[in-house]
Amino acid sequence: MIFASGIYKSFAGRNVISGIDLDIGPGSIFGLLGPSGAGKTTLIKVITGQLVPDSGDVKVFGRNVSGLTGEDRKKIGIMMDDHGVYGRMSCADNLKIFADIYGVPYHEVFRTLKDVGLEKDAGKPAMKLSKGMRARLQLARVLMISPQILFLDEPTSGLDPMTMKYIHKLILEQKEKGCTVFLTTHNMEEAAALCDEVALLNEGKIVERGAPGQVCRKYNHSKKIRIHLTTGEDIELAHDEGSAGKIMELMSEGCVETIHSSEPTLETVFLELTGRKLDCTEEMLYA
Amino acid sequence: MRNIGVIIKKQIKDTLKNKTVLIQFVMFPVLTLIFEHAVSIPDMPELFFTKLFSVMYMGMAPLTSVAAIISEEKEKNTLRVLMMANVKPWEYLAGIGIYVWMICMAGAGIMSTSLPAADIPFFLGVLSCGFFISIVIGACVGIFAPNQMVSTSIVMPVMLIFSFAPMLAMFNDKISMAAKFFYTQQIRLLLDNMTFAGIKPESIAVVAVNSVLAVFLFFVAFKRKGLE
Ligand SMILES: Nc1ncnc2c1ncn2[C@@H]1O[C@H](COP(=O)(O)OP(=O)(O)OP(=O)(O)O)[C@@H](O)[C@H]1O
Ligand SMILES: [Mg+2]
Repeated sequence: MIFASGIYKSFAGRNVISGIDLDIGPGSIFGLLGPSGAGKTTLIKVITGQLVPDSGDVKVFGRNVSGLTGEDRKKIGIMMDDHGVYGRMSCADNLKIFADIYGVPYHEVFRTLKDVGLEKDAGKPAMKLSKGMRARLQLARVLMISPQILFLDEPTSGLDPMTMKYIHKLILEQKEKGCTVFLTTHNMEEAAALCDEVALLNEGKIVERGAPGQVCRKYNHSKKIRIHLTTGEDIELAHDEGSAGKIMELMSEGCVETIHSSEPTLETVFLELTGRKLDCTEEMLYA
Repeated sequence: MRNIGVIIKKQIKDTLKNKTVLIQFVMFPVLTLIFEHAVSIPDMPELFFTKLFSVMYMGMAPLTSVAAIISEEKEKNTLRVLMMANVKPWEYLAGIGIYVWMICMAGAGIMSTSLPAADIPFFLGVLSCGFFISIVIGACVGIFAPNQMVSTSIVMPVMLIFSFAPMLAMFNDKISMAAKFFYTQQIRLLLDNMTFAGIKPESIAVVAVNSVLAVFLFFVAFKRKGLE
């Protein structure tokens, strides 16, 4: 569905994307993970044809992006992190503009508003929406056109956990309908929960890729068991037979408050690969 | 082509909720009617207010509204969304232009009610050319300005020059000399005469040169900045 090879893109002589290859099959959810400034938005823009790469090929629906027809584009939903809404207009009117452009009947507008949980707010001016509601309205705009490919640039960034869950549900529903989803995020948990495949992007290069579970297992070389004792002390034990006796002893003495086995998360994998935290910004890094 | 219609429809819906733009469009026509019917000063030329206010309207409303609409869409990041939905920049600009032109013509229609019926076609015809030039200038500003702040600060002086020059020209010869190179002043002179037969070549030349300059500036701005 989405294919890219050897993508390079630089701004003012600085490489932002260096040598990206992608091949995303139909009906899957692909997650692009990376810290702020890694080049996620830039890569989406290149793949969707909003930016022309310095070199490399991008194919969507098996065709060069620059050669996509109007009909092809109507099957692609794109939600960028800097997209706005018409503040004075109601939610329904906001969607109707795009229903008119895409030739979608108006009953779809109300169906989609219901899907994203905004049916009661259909008549509310968009500027009176809360942040989470606004995000859902923006998502409704792309879901309404029943896309075959969905590009979502940080669809849940800065949202509360409830709205986040709700949006995850909507994205998974799209997948069930056979839609291919390409999303970016800073959030490892989100990627692990949603994606069939993830790629970890750092400074314009993909440093690791694969199914989220598989990636984590690959880096599971320091298997540990962490125990928090009733005394307030934390201890770490190797995750093997040798620790069984010690754990038994602590357990029978009733000293164990909590006990965890520590599999690496995508977060720790990322930290190990790049030596930088995911939610740390460029400014923090260079401060 | 259908997208032009979508843009016009969107603007009409938005205008009804946008008081500041609505006032722009309604204020001059309403003031004109009130002044024309309520105020009478001895020795005042016939239809003084209709002729003066319609020219000011022409120099102000289309220019400020087109610039405001385009720069607001840039600032609120809605223009990107339209472009992403495969609305072509020229379709967008045509939609905005046609919409503003239609509203202004409606405003001019209201102002024309004070005129003798025979003069109405001339009045509307001449103003429609003037609206066109103002819209193109407004679009230049909208394309050039990255946000509403910049847009307003450019529009203000441009609009004041074009719309007040004809009035100031009545009191000052020097201003009158300069003002005759502006389309607003020439259209004012045309309205004073109010006959097709009385159109001076000089007026046609100035209006034509103004249009060509505006359109040229528009293409330069568009070529350099696009709609980003
Ligand atoms: N139009 C542009 N001109 C110059 N530099 C740019 C431009 N767009 C992006 N960049 C630079 O490219 C780098 C990557 O930006 P990008 O927006 O792709 O990051 P991101 O991974 O999406 O970050 P975030 O998570 O904060 O959205 C940044 O250093 C940014 O300054
Ligand atoms: Mg980004």
